[in-house]
Amino acid sequence: MNAVLQFLQTWWLELVCGVVIVAVVPLIAGYVVLVERKLMADMQARLGPMRVGPHGLLQPIADAVKLLIKEDIIPRDADAFIFWFAPVISMVAALTSMGALYFGPDFRVARDINVGILFVIGVSSLGFLGIILGGWASNSHYSIIGAIRSTAQLVSYETAGGLAIISALLLSGTLKISAIVDAQSANHVWFIFLAPIGFFTYLVASIAETNRAPFDLPEAESELVAGYMTEYSGFRWALYFLGEYANMIVVASVATTLFLGGWLRPFPNVHWLNWLDFLPALLIAAVGVYCVYRAGKQPAKVQVGFMWAVALCCFAVALIYLLPWIFSPLRFAVPGLNGAFWFLLKVAGYIYIFMWLRFTLPRYRFDQLMHLGWYILIPLAIVNVFSVGVAMLLESEFGVNRWLALILTTIFTLAVSIYLVYLHDRRTVATSSASAVATDSYAG
Amino acid sequence: MLDSLLFYFFAGVAVLSAALMVTRRNVIHCAVFLITTLLATAGIFLQLRAEFLFVTQIILYVGGIMVLFIFVIMLVRLDAPIHQLRFRLQKFVAFLVALVLGLEVAGILLLARKLPGGGLFIKESASPDKLPPNSEELARSLFSTYLLPFEIASVLLLVAMVGAVVMAKNRKRSDLS
Repeated sequence: MNAVLQFLQTWWLELVCGVVIVAVVPLIAGYVVLVERKLMADMQARLGPMRVGPHGLLQPIADAVKLLIKEDIIPRDADAFIFWFAPVISMVAALTSMGALYFGPDFRVARDINVGILFVIGVSSLGFLGIILGGWASNSHYSIIGAIRSTAQLVSYETAGGLAIISALLLSGTLKISAIVDAQSANHVWFIFLAPIGFFTYLVASIAETNRAPFDLPEAESELVAGYMTEYSGFRWALYFLGEYANMIVVASVATTLFLGGWLRPFPNVHWLNWLDFLPALLIAAVGVYCVYRAGKQPAKVQVGFMWAVALCCFAVALIYLLPWIFSPLRFAVPGLNGAFWFLLKVAGYIYIFMWLRFTLPRYRFDQLMHLGWYILIPLAIVNVFSVGVAMLLESEFGVNRWLALILTTIFTLAVSIYLVYLHDRRTVATSSASAVATDSYAG
Repeated sequence: MLDSLLFYFFAGVAVLSAALMVTRRNVIHCAVFLITTLLATAGIFLQLRAEFLFVTQIILYVGGIMVLFIFVIMLVRLDAPIHQLRFRLQKFVAFLVALVLGLEVAGILLLARKLPGGGLFIKESASPDKLPPNSEELARSLFSTYLLPFEIASVLLLVAMVGAVVMAKNRKRSDLS
């Protein structure tokens, strides 16, 4: 009993944060879905969800309620236990890995783990077990083909993603999340500028790892109904969905931490840009002003009221951001608040790129996906790790200017990658002339 | 107190799911229980403050090797090999190996006090907060004290990888011709 009390005393804050994550992330994921639908509608010159709430703003809640009260069907020949358990693995992995993330200098969930970034990557990759097991347990052809595709995709792209991360880890020299961001602050530069190819590789690999278009082969609607979750319905399906979107947030956070400077604002060490610290409050207030401006143009009275409500919310948040500047005793909260703002802004930007790519690019064929992974992305990532290492050696041993070294090695990597593409093209031409129909053992 | 509680929890889960892994008929269920065993072992690593080993266990074994296991299980027909006789013979061999291994462990446990370093029972351990960062210590010893074994292991792995690639390539060529 005593031990339990002591445990609670030491860890109550972390426990509360964990509960908050489990409670809030589903809501955030729901709104990410809404944003995605709205963006898709915008890019296709439609309006998107408009019915539930003004501009469809209550749509995620309606969807969640609908999914909750739907019947939970388990197919007769399915392996009931694994079928029941697999979506839980998927979601638990995504939410657990969120526990080690840093949202600001003093704004985190778990304690500062020494191998934080590896923990996040490793645990979030466990979500694939849920996909594979769920696909197998459904006892359906579509599901198992989706599961096998997702396994193959995971194995190929996790390698490239891991190697891409190494380039940032080499530059920072640590696995601790806070220390990685501190290294970017000490270097006066985000690592995306030092290792652009590493970032690009990670971007591609992370799209593949989160099963999103153009790499959404495991759940390709036009071929596999819904892939591994064909047989799922109701809340179990929602768990998969939630896991997928939570995983997206995790991947975006990892990229933000490693390459985009985490919670640092742009130009963190330039003093004449210190006014950027007021930017979060100003931006949020500007959104509020825009809402007030739009409120007059709404057709229905409800929508006018809702616009005003959104505007007031924005003003309240802006006020919270301004409070520490007015009352100096609250000044300690400034780095945390600003850090969280910049971090979430970068994460949102990364997710926006995901959605943009999804609505722009057509889906890959499975053999093209495998070719891209194994023939181009993995060699590119290996060469990139090698060249970042060479650049660091040039800097530390021969005193070459860091920027010069990095530009040279980046050019080298690019040359190698162009050669790889050339080789790949030649090979494809050779094989397609040898056999008119490409053999594709994994495609449905 | 909390430490030993955690240890017994993870150890219990590991042993129980290992037993289930051996006795289950369904291969996928076996794989799931193997995953649980590996995760519980990872938990024991974490309880011992070996956080790097913990993460490596999760990434390599659970995230990498087990995914490949399940992949192969899904591609191969499962019901055929179970009825083959030579797999039944393995039971006796496995029993023998397990017996020898058990005797070995029991012997080590019994002789523990006489081994160098005072055996397995560590009386005083450093406070977990004062331990040096795990990954850095590991890297330092791997790349300085144990450089030669490390290099040998990596060359071996490289040879195996090249061998696998060569084997895959040769078969493809003969198929084409």
